[in-house]
Amino acid sequence: MAFLETRALTAFYGDFQALFGVDIALEAGETIAIIGANGAGKTTLLRSITGILTNEPGQVVFEGAAIGAARPPDILAHGIAMVPEGRRLFPSLTVEENLLIGNYGRKVAGIWSLDSIYALFPVLKERRHSPATALSGGQQQMVAIGRALMSNPRVLLCDEISLGLAPVVIRDIYAAFPRIQQSGASIVVVEQDIGQALKVANRVYCMMEGRVTLSGTPADLSREAIHNAYFGTA
Amino acid sequence: MIWVDTIVQGILLGGLYALFAAGLSLVFGIMRLVNLAHGDLIVLGAFLILTLVTALGLNPLLAALVAIPLMFVLGWGLQLVVLNRTLGDDILPPLLVTFGLSIVIQNGLLQGFSADSQRISAGALETASIALGPISVGVMPLLTFLSAVAVIVGLNQLFYRTALGRAFRATSDDPVTAGLMGIEPNRIFAMATGIAFVVVTIAALYLGTRANFDPTIGPARLIYAFEAVIIGGLGSLWGTLAGGVIIGVAQTLGAAINPEWQILAGHVAFLVVLAFRPRGLFAKGG
Repeated sequence: MAFLETRALTAFYGDFQALFGVDIALEAGETIAIIGANGAGKTTLLRSITGILTNEPGQVVFEGAAIGAARPPDILAHGIAMVPEGRRLFPSLTVEENLLIGNYGRKVAGIWSLDSIYALFPVLKERRHSPATALSGGQQQMVAIGRALMSNPRVLLCDEISLGLAPVVIRDIYAAFPRIQQSGASIVVVEQDIGQALKVANRVYCMMEGRVTLSGTPADLSREAIHNAYFGTA
Repeated sequence: MIWVDTIVQGILLGGLYALFAAGLSLVFGIMRLVNLAHGDLIVLGAFLILTLVTALGLNPLLAALVAIPLMFVLGWGLQLVVLNRTLGDDILPPLLVTFGLSIVIQNGLLQGFSADSQRISAGALETASIALGPISVGVMPLLTFLSAVAVIVGLNQLFYRTALGRAFRATSDDPVTAGLMGIEPNRIFAMATGIAFVVVTIAALYLGTRANFDPTIGPARLIYAFEAVIIGGLGSLWGTLAGGVIIGVAQTLGAAINPEWQILAGHVAFLVVLAFRPRGLFAKGG
């Protein structure tokens, strides 16, 4: 049994079905990437894992515990933290307050603290008393990642962290990943930037229209196979 | 000198209005809930203090200290059991439910205490005064104002210096993302309403010792509270104090010119601010 897995996961928005039996497995210490076009169901998958969308209990299993019906605060208490799409920083809070609130529901000792996050992203320390939304997009993304790390997560879910950022900024952010991986956290990155996803991940899942269409290690997957899985051209 | 005296009395009266308003502002600020029963809850608090004073023979200040935890639990439970169910994208359900609550409280108090005017007696404190230069200031009005300042300092400390305050502001910004941080919005809302009820109880103490009250006067207190919040600007507690002071000074100035103009002058001051600064004097955000 994997560390975290989804089993025949389905998800609905009203009558609209967004996921059709998705099976994803994440091993301890591993980084997986989930790629796919807009509307493929990537964000829905993460929303299901974090409990924003609730499912049948057995559809999401973490260390053998059925957590598919758990709500977001319970999921965080299990050690699964989320960097949400669009960053979703709290505009009423300063940079430092945004980081501090990251461990509101899960206070465990670990590598990550205010100091170690400032060491990871030094620019945040300079700006720590600014309103979070006064920062540049890349710096805001650093706050969003730092906020999730504050709970010392065992699984870090990253939703489209490169979206809307310049390539050089994306490189800066992904430069922090080796240190996050060394901290022992397993990581799920959802990406539209396939090149970045293949670089950072041990394994890749490709989704299309609510289903997994391809999976494997980056070395095993040819560009053509990914292209087909991504766009559905046979 | 009579004008200076009038203005000082108005400022102190403003403290009472700020106390009325602070709880309303807190609840609206965190969960966008307009509590139409707020004035009636202050009256309910006054009756609770009155009951403690008459039944147990307590001093009013001591009775208020006993009432505070009771009212906290009442507010916490009301939010958890009733008001949380009304929150959502539609603003109508909370208005309807709190309007109904207002009617229930008024009629419950009528049933229990009759329509007679009541007063909480504060003994010698009621007539005590101290001289500030040429002006004589009543101890109770001064205590009211100082309590208002203390409440606002306290709420600001809570909001900007504690983890609970961060959770309040984060939940107010974005309850879904707050959930991802392990925050239970429903519990945060219950805590906020509980704290608002503590402020309501403090307001009730000064309402009941300052003048007569009966079960029907809640809605008028609600209007003063609304006016203070809107003059100050939503989201600013110090603005709420300023709003209370503006209404208080306008009322005492109006009354000094012609006793019939007291209430009217407060409302006119509100309309003038609304005409020139519709978002209030100290509104936060864009």
